Amino acid sequence: MNRSITMGQYIPGNSILHRLNPRLKIIALVLLLVFLFLLDTFSALGASLGLALALFALAGVPFSYLLRGLRPVLYIALFALIIYFFFTSGGVVLFRIGFITVESEGVEQGLFIVARLVVLVLFSLLLTLTTTPLSLTHGMSYFLKPLSHIGLPTEEVAMIMAVALRFIPTIMEESQRLMRAQLARGADFETGSIFRKAGSLVPLIVPLFVSAFRRADELALAMEARGYRIGARRTRMHEDVIMLKDWAALAIVIILIALALTFDL
Amino acid sequence: MHGQSSIIVESKDVEFYYSGEEETVWPALSGISFTVNQGEYVALVGPNGSGKTTLLKLFNALLIPSRGEVLVKGISTANEDTLPEVRRTCGMIFQNPDNQLVATTVEEDIAFGLENLALPSREIQNRVLETARLLGLEKLLKQPPHLLSGGEKQRVAIAGVLAMEPKCILMDEPTAMLDPAGCREVLKTVRKLNRERGLAVIHVTHFPEEAAGADRIVVLNEGQLIADGAPGEVLTNLPLLHSLGLRGTAAVELAALLRADGCPLPPQILHNRELVDSLCSLEQNS
Ligand SMILES: Nc1ncnc2c1ncn2[C@@H]1O[C@H](COP(=O)(O)OP(=O)(O)O)[C@@H](O)[C@H]1O
Ligand SMILES: [Mg+2]
Repeated sequence: MNRSITMGQYIPGNSILHRLNPRLKIIALVLLLVFLFLLDTFSALGASLGLALALFALAGVPFSYLLRGLRPVLYIALFALIIYFFFTSGGVVLFRIGFITVESEGVEQGLFIVARLVVLVLFSLLLTLTTTPLSLTHGMSYFLKPLSHIGLPTEEVAMIMAVALRFIPTIMEESQRLMRAQLARGADFETGSIFRKAGSLVPLIVPLFVSAFRRADELALAMEARGYRIGARRTRMHEDVIMLKDWAALAIVIILIALALTFDL
Repeated sequence: MHGQSSIIVESKDVEFYYSGEEETVWPALSGISFTVNQGEYVALVGPNGSGKTTLLKLFNALLIPSRGEVLVKGISTANEDTLPEVRRTCGMIFQNPDNQLVATTVEEDIAFGLENLALPSREIQNRVLETARLLGLEKLLKQPPHLLSGGEKQRVAIAGVLAMEPKCILMDEPTAMLDPAGCREVLKTVRKLNRERGLAVIHVTHFPEEAAGADRIVVLNEGQLIADGAPGEVLTNLPLLHSLGLRGTAAVELAALLRADGCPLPPQILHNRELVDSLCSLEQNS
């Protein structure tokens, strides 16, 4: 699978989560995110974390992916922790370094914010790890559909996004090839001022653009040759029909959220 | 079988100019008249810039003749309303396998043309499966295109066209960017489809060995059709080929050298096998 750049974070699988309708998955995610912002106790947060982990287990996603997905927020989390620890006052003084004090209120708030962030990322990861970028695009384009009434070409936008998804790995591969070729000729992308670095990227970006435009040209022709016509009616191979199990899954999420909110967990 | 009689593609005295002003520019094609029948495998050869790609695009209605007309199954390509029918009948495979795959997975790509035909999803799924099986792609259905080899990509492209049940496939140097293994893989696939399904093939190539496998060879030069005949006729006509900067097959070239050296070889040698056989029989006779 990892022969070269893989697209997005999708992990192939056949779990219930993989098979759920992308549209309903998106709605469920939005609901859960709103819930995360409404809740204000550690116990509710703990329950959400438990739910997220249970869903990860259900999706059969290896633990390592979960950690890898969390890595980008590590720095934000650390930063938030430091800010809250040192600059929020209230509660008892836990310890003192010179003139800086760490107080219990700050520690509590900091941990709460970070834990909330972690759970939020975990829920989002659940969506992106179990949904192909293409279904995700189709799912999101569904919510854009009303905009077609005011003249926006939503079908075409969805097609553009799908084609972009298709070509991102190809163009990334190409840019790596170009970079290696430039390195072999003694190019230096690492040292020097920011202007020098930007300058050394020019021999990379120009051929990349030229090739991308040529690709676009050829692709447009190939699409036309295969009967694609802007504005013409199309169908889809995988129609994302919403089935009973999808509604059931959404209902479960809503019930859980409602319970948590009413009992003020 | 309908036999060899039914005409799939017909070009009637076609002339084509790339820019609108006909008087000032040279036509990319002129006076092109020929027909391709069902089940025929035609190789289209000619020097660079002779108009091969242009001619294929005319057959797929990507371009419309400036004069004359192109008929696909009797339908003129100039008619906007029948465009889908024309493109469905004559599918096109391009040179670069990378730039003709549209979708993020093999199955979605094979489905692309069918989706454009607005078929019901059930039927699309069936046809995609069927076509993938035919071309040995069933294990790759969920793969993203960038993880495929060149030969596999080109086969996916063929599958995408084939799923639309065309009568003819137009191939523009489909093996130019492939390694020898990928080349063989693609050519074998196409030849099989041609033999077993009676699919007409128009194959642009600059490899004489590929052209030698066709039923018929058409030669273009500077936008004009200058030869049209069986491989045994056209590819053995070395004065013609050499004057255009083209080559015959290795066997033809070698046989010509041997003849010049006084070796009495028969004139119609095309394939390596034939050359070897002739040489062996010469040896026995002497
Ligand atoms: N898009 C274009 N615009 C203008 N002229 C073109 C275009 N494409 C090809 N030509 C010209 O038309 C002629 C035939 O080109 P082409 O059909 O690509 O030849 P071949 O495929 O045999 O190499 C050439 O002289 C070429 O320069
Ligand atoms: Mg060409």
